[in-house]
Amino acid sequence: MTDTTHTTQAPDDADILLSVRGLSKQFLTGSGPVKAVEDISFDVRRGQIVGIVGESGSGKTTAGRCLLRLVEPSSGKAIFDGVDLFSLPEKALRAYRRRLQIIFQDPYSSLNPRMRVRDIIGEAIDTHGLAKGAARQARIEELLTRVGLSPEHASRYPNEFSGGQRQRVGIARALAVEPELIIADEPVSALDVSVQAQVLNLIQELQRELGLTMIFISHDLTVVEYLCDEIVVLYLGRIMEQGPARSVYAKPRHPYTRALLATAPVPDPNVRRERVILQGDIPSPLDPPSGCVFRTRCPHAIAACAETVPTRETVGPGHSVACIRQAELAETYQD
Amino acid sequence: MAMSTPNADNHPDALADDIVLRAEDLRTHFIMGTRTAKSVDGVTLTVRRGQTLAVVGESGSGKSVTSLSIMRLLSHPGRIVGGRLLYRMRDGGVVDLATLSDKRMRAIRGKEIAMIFQEPMTSLNPLYTVGDQIMEMIRLHEPISRHEARIRARRMLELVEIPAPDKRLDQYPHEMSGGMRQRVMIALALACNPALLIADEPTTALDVTIQAQILDLMRRLQREIGMSILFVTHNLGVVAEIAHEVAVMYAGRVVEQAPVHDLFARPRHPYTKGLLACIPDAKRDRAEDGTRKMLNPIPGSVPSVLALPAGCAYAPRCPLAEAHCESVPPDLLNASPEHLTRCWRHELL
Amino acid sequence: MAAASAPSVDTPRISTLILQRKTLAIGLAIIVAITLLAVLAPLIAPYSPSKLSIVNRLKPPSSTWFFGTDEFGRDVFSRTIYAGQLSLLVGAAATALAATVGITLGLVAGFFRKADGIVSRIIDAMMAFPDILLAIALVAALGPSLATVIIALGVVYAPRLARVVRASTLVIRELPYVEAARALGVPTWRIMTRHVLRNLVSPILVQATFIFAYAMLAEAGLSFLGVGVSPEIPTWGTMIAAGRQYVGQADWMTIFPGFAIILTVLSLQLVGDGLRDLLDPRLRKDL
Ligand SMILES: Nc1ncnc2c1ncn2[C@@H]1O[C@H](COP(=O)(O)OP(=O)(O)OP(=O)(O)O)[C@@H](O)[C@H]1O
Ligand SMILES: Nc1ncnc2c1ncn2[C@@H]1O[C@H](COP(=O)(O)OP(=O)(O)O)[C@@H](O)[C@H]1O
Ligand code: SF4
Ligand code: SF4
Ligand SMILES: [Mg+2]
Ligand SMILES: [Mg+2]
Repeated sequence: MTDTTHTTQAPDDADILLSVRGLSKQFLTGSGPVKAVEDISFDVRRGQIVGIVGESGSGKTTAGRCLLRLVEPSSGKAIFDGVDLFSLPEKALRAYRRRLQIIFQDPYSSLNPRMRVRDIIGEAIDTHGLAKGAARQARIEELLTRVGLSPEHASRYPNEFSGGQRQRVGIARALAVEPELIIADEPVSALDVSVQAQVLNLIQELQRELGLTMIFISHDLTVVEYLCDEIVVLYLGRIMEQGPARSVYAKPRHPYTRALLATAPVPDPNVRRERVILQGDIPSPLDPPSGCVFRTRCPHAIAACAETVPTRETVGPGHSVACIRQAELAETYQD
Repeated sequence: MAMSTPNADNHPDALADDIVLRAEDLRTHFIMGTRTAKSVDGVTLTVRRGQTLAVVGESGSGKSVTSLSIMRLLSHPGRIVGGRLLYRMRDGGVVDLATLSDKRMRAIRGKEIAMIFQEPMTSLNPLYTVGDQIMEMIRLHEPISRHEARIRARRMLELVEIPAPDKRLDQYPHEMSGGMRQRVMIALALACNPALLIADEPTTALDVTIQAQILDLMRRLQREIGMSILFVTHNLGVVAEIAHEVAVMYAGRVVEQAPVHDLFARPRHPYTKGLLACIPDAKRDRAEDGTRKMLNPIPGSVPSVLALPAGCAYAPRCPLAEAHCESVPPDLLNASPEHLTRCWRHELL
Repeated sequence: MAAASAPSVDTPRISTLILQRKTLAIGLAIIVAITLLAVLAPLIAPYSPSKLSIVNRLKPPSSTWFFGTDEFGRDVFSRTIYAGQLSLLVGAAATALAATVGITLGLVAGFFRKADGIVSRIIDAMMAFPDILLAIALVAALGPSLATVIIALGVVYAPRLARVVRASTLVIRELPYVEAARALGVPTWRIMTRHVLRNLVSPILVQATFIFAYAMLAEAGLSFLGVGVSPEIPTWGTMIAAGRQYVGQADWMTIFPGFAIILTVLSLQLVGDGLRDLLDPRLRKDL
């Protein structure tokens, strides 16, 4: 098994819609540079849902915003359907804006409070000149129906909706331009479980019926396990582990992934899990640890971990891990 | 309000010995002109000595209003309009918090009952060091010197496992991470050794690895100190980890209370059952070959507290609802001696 | 967590909300009355504002001349309501100019990092000077006339609005709904108007009301100091300036136009405060 994920060349697998290579983003802040995302590479196949998981500050949102060029990446490539999004000039980028869309976490601040739903969705249609007059009206109604709202909702303002309904409006806005890839940044994190289930079902229906490809950003490992085909685990801006969701959940190989899975609360009082409680806090991204960034909290850290930045090693089909001790630790992880 | 000695409020057979707090048909409304938000409208729950009662419910179900009612910290125009809040003081006397004078309530807050909030940043004063805040709290209730208070404060930080406590005492809240601030909040709440701790979503704003640390800490402290905890959360996973008993809230009422194992093994209210069914679970919701099954969401949405249905508030969404449910609000019924449910048709579950 | 009960909010009418806030209602009523008096001056004024009558110089208020007469025997009442036309015009025009310049500068500074450095520095520099000094310098440089007074006051008050707009723009442009618009490819100018400006209507309105009041005061100040509108043109400012020499002898020449200014400025402040309460974000849900 050859590992394609480290090569800087984009693989010429026709199935791959988006191929991210060496994406890094540094923010210059008052207290120094913050490496929000550091050298991340992964592929997104057509029709798949790729989950990006990690705790807050791990760089999930920044990675997503870079892919959409909502912030300018510091380096790297993002080959979308053969074209590097990061080297597109602003003008050419506009055409690609139609093909990639985003859904936001906060259903409250992601809709302009002064615009009616009709205008929020209409703006997307108008920007790309997709429909006019009666056709535009019909399209708006169709989109609202599609996301489980009714056409009468078109003339309402966002504050007249519940969180779940607002999230549906945000989804309708993204769908209005018929995108191929949707980046969903924690789209259900702000919702109650019963509403979350409704929105997750909607996302799946859309993905199936419209053949959408998705990057699903979340910190909820339960949701990701259920929803995603592939998963990418981030910590302090670096990829710790990546692979098919089933393989990563069945055999997590990175100490961080194992800790995350062990601490995610499960709604079953009979589950008495081996609890790997990580000590301490996530270090400041202003001053990340040398070598392996996880070493300050890793229960298996040794002196060598401070020296080398672990490279990603392949441990199974499409499954790779960045830990220098992964091979020896693998033996202790029998289950 | 008439001043009364603890014994005068004593309702001898109102509280069993092992019960610290019992809310009986608590009703707290927000009266805004012509509109009334019945945020809490019939909450009955019981917190047992040395145990954790988790109060779980979706947003707006009245969890925070219940907590604030117990603490009597309701902001205008919120008011307790009915029901009793029987609390057993450390000296054994029973008082009704719902009608206690403000003066006596002040003596109870912090010393008998303490509270921690969801957002540790906004509930700590940004202008004072954490040491000052803990010391002030202690000295408010106990006549001790600053020096002694500082020693106590330092011990509290050690208790909540804050590394380098001497250094941390002199730091300001903004110099700490979210998890560290929540530990400080816990230290602050426990400074006067309360018998009951009310924790309103203390881990909701935290990452899972930090949440695990805080839950672990609270469990350890409960074992060591023996306090009772009323733990508010919307996360059933957290409930499973921390609770001895669970009270499920829906639209301002407790619709079910039961020991945690009973509740998860056999929920006796359709709402609880619906909630458990809609949390994704890859083992249940994905087939062998990995294909996903659709989730089973509860249809519809939570009713507005401004216009609650006349009968069972869950009836519009309930698969078992019948005509009777829509007209008569269900009583709190015993599904088993320890398992209470507000559902006319609980035998069907 | 999602509140599922949103659609049940009652939406009271704007007019009810205004009436509920007494200060706002009173302020608005006075402003409307003053404006009507000024606009309808030709119908209301008993005399022509420029009709000289040497015999009737410096007559005290009476039933013939409600506010008395001035040193040329002109009716002070008629002049006061006529003067309202120009005073209000100066205030309104200066506010409109300040709004145009200020909003543009604020949006540009808030949106474009590069421009922000320069624009912010200009704003800070201008706000470091007392308003009236800056206005005097500008009028002196441009030569006094009605137009230059308006321009000078517009320029002087523009930074106040620019500052408000810039600060809010910086916040709003980071909000997810603006990101969503950018992700859709909506052009920047449309984002500026549809997403940013539309959400700034309330703070701008509040500031503009205050600027209107300041500008009217400043106009009077300039006239009083003799660097404003030419003394022949009746504004409340020029009237007070002319009456200054007769203080003690014919106080009515200064008292009545002075009272007109104070009343207008006060009621504008009432309106501004009232609007601020009305549009306060904590109460906005009611709108
Ligand atoms: N000050 C207030 N004025 C009017 N209504 C209020 C006020 N505070 C709370 N409410 C209403 O009371 C109901 C219960 O609110 P509460 O804060 O207890 O919910 P919760 O269960 O804690 O929800 P969350 O999970 O979002 O914290 C809500 O419908 C809320 O809108
Ligand atoms: N505009 C910004 N300026 C400076 N630092 C930023 C900015 N946006 C994000 N960061 C920093 O980058 C890191 C990653 O943030 P983010 O991508 O939001 O993480 P996540 O979405 O995983 O919570 C954090 O340390 C955050 O503070
Ligand atoms: S490289 Fe070392 S510190 Fe990093 S995860 Fe592996 S064992 Fe832990
Ligand atoms: S009382 Fe009726 S409507 Fe209410 S939960 Fe039970 S079965 Fe459903
Ligand atoms: Mg994020
Ligand atoms: Mg709450």
